[in-house]
Amino acid sequence: MGQMDPLLRIVDLHKRFGELEVLAGVSLDVKRGEKVSIIGPSGSGKTTLLRCINYLEKPTGGHIYIDGTLIGEKQVGGKFVHLSDRELAKERREIGFVFQRFNLFPHLTALGNVTIAPIKVLGLSREEAEARGRQMLEKVGLGHKVNEYPERLSGGQQQRVAIARVLAMQPKLMLFDEATSALDPELIGEVLRVMRQLADEGRTMVIVTHEIQFSGEVSDRVVFMDHGKIVEQGPPKSVLFNPQQPRTREFLKHLQER
Amino acid sequence: MLQLPEIYAENLHRWLPELLYYSLTTLKIAAVSFFIAVVVGLLFALLRLSHNRLIRGFAVGFIEVARGLPIVVVLYIVYFVPPQLFPGLNWSWFTDFTGAVVGLGLHGAAILAEVFRSGIEALHKGQREAAISLGMTPAQSMAYIILPQATRIILPPVANYAIGLLKDTSLCSLIGVNELMNDAKSIAFADYQPMAVFVLVAVIYFAMSFPLSMAVRYMEGRLAVSR
Ligand SMILES: Nc1ncnc2c1ncn2[C@@H]1O[C@H](COP(=O)(O)OP(=O)(O)O)[C@@H](O)[C@H]1O
Ligand SMILES: [Mg+2]
Repeated sequence: MGQMDPLLRIVDLHKRFGELEVLAGVSLDVKRGEKVSIIGPSGSGKTTLLRCINYLEKPTGGHIYIDGTLIGEKQVGGKFVHLSDRELAKERREIGFVFQRFNLFPHLTALGNVTIAPIKVLGLSREEAEARGRQMLEKVGLGHKVNEYPERLSGGQQQRVAIARVLAMQPKLMLFDEATSALDPELIGEVLRVMRQLADEGRTMVIVTHEIQFSGEVSDRVVFMDHGKIVEQGPPKSVLFNPQQPRTREFLKHLQER
Repeated sequence: MLQLPEIYAENLHRWLPELLYYSLTTLKIAAVSFFIAVVVGLLFALLRLSHNRLIRGFAVGFIEVARGLPIVVVLYIVYFVPPQLFPGLNWSWFTDFTGAVVGLGLHGAAILAEVFRSGIEALHKGQREAAISLGMTPAQSMAYIILPQATRIILPPVANYAIGLLKDTSLCSLIGVNELMNDAKSIAFADYQPMAVFVLVAVIYFAMSFPLSMAVRYMEGRLAVSR
């Protein structure tokens, strides 16, 4: 696979929960270093799409490739078969996931949260992992909180630890699922600042967000989803400020009125 | 009629050393059964959470049956049935002590399996997903993320189980194990002093279980504070 191939390739992704079709054929390519925002009404399948990318949710159809490698499956004699838990775990190292509700490990300190996966998954020594962990916590502005437990941190600080935890794995791709939606308004800025910094470093990011202004400033491309499909996509200045589809217009108008 | 002080003054020097000696057997039965119950209980809790329906069904079956039977019935079955099923084998190693700890251990495993399972399930599924998304295998996520947190939740009910177990060891006298209760019965009826002996035995059981009760209180208090 050459440098020009997309880092993330999503091909005709489908997902149903019983009768409910949540993803109805989504295809999307994300280039190396590209920042893609996904917007859309609640229930349109944004979270499910992100969860399928790292196989927290098994797609019911379609395929995902990262750097040309199939994710969650392999081809055996022309047929696609699911990977074992162990094989899947290996692939997930490359994909960082930032959850809406942080999901920090409450029994570990900030540093413990950031070092556990590098130690147990990557096999780093404690010293190496702690050096890396401190560096990542400093990067998100929490160098002074390394020994705090999550319950003693604000929501914004917790989310920044969660981002540092992902960074410590040095993933190729970072997924953000409404990383600021669970935060009090005054704490949103500190998390967005960190995300903007990561974007400026040229990382590949897929960002589900309702922060339209942020998405306009940071993304190379904005994708609007509705009812499990991509309705419209393009540069922020067209999708956000001059949308072509009536559904996109309606959604953006709705957001402004809130 | 109630001449307890005099009776004790006269007999305690004979009774107490003997009863304390057999209390050790009681403690040994409790300790070994507890160990079996924890190990087998954890195994069944994990089987119970398996994605495989057959495995899950097997675990549920074991748990429901073992929990649904009186302990005495379990002890009788474990101790008397295998030798009758396989009379050709050598059963001399299968002492009443072994039967007691296997019976109590399996019964306890069923109780603890449910305690462990509810402790594991009490954790938000986000914990597992966060671990998995960082590249941990399900086993690593269980070992480093889920179980350390579940341990704090399950400690008080496990200690409560241990208290119950200590008392339930007295049922092992029914399959002939020479432990505290069994010895008390023989002394009581040999010396015609049931009241004096059984009151003494009650004091000994209480002295063994009370520290555990205090430990449970302490743990519950600490958990309540750290919430
Ligand atoms: N595990 C699940 N089981 C059943 N339905 C689900 C599950 N997860 C999501 N859904 C449904 O899928 C739809 C899309 O959800 P989601 O991907 O969370 O949307 P969004 O993130 O865009 O708000 C919703 O109708 C939701 O109720
Ligand atoms: Mg969502």
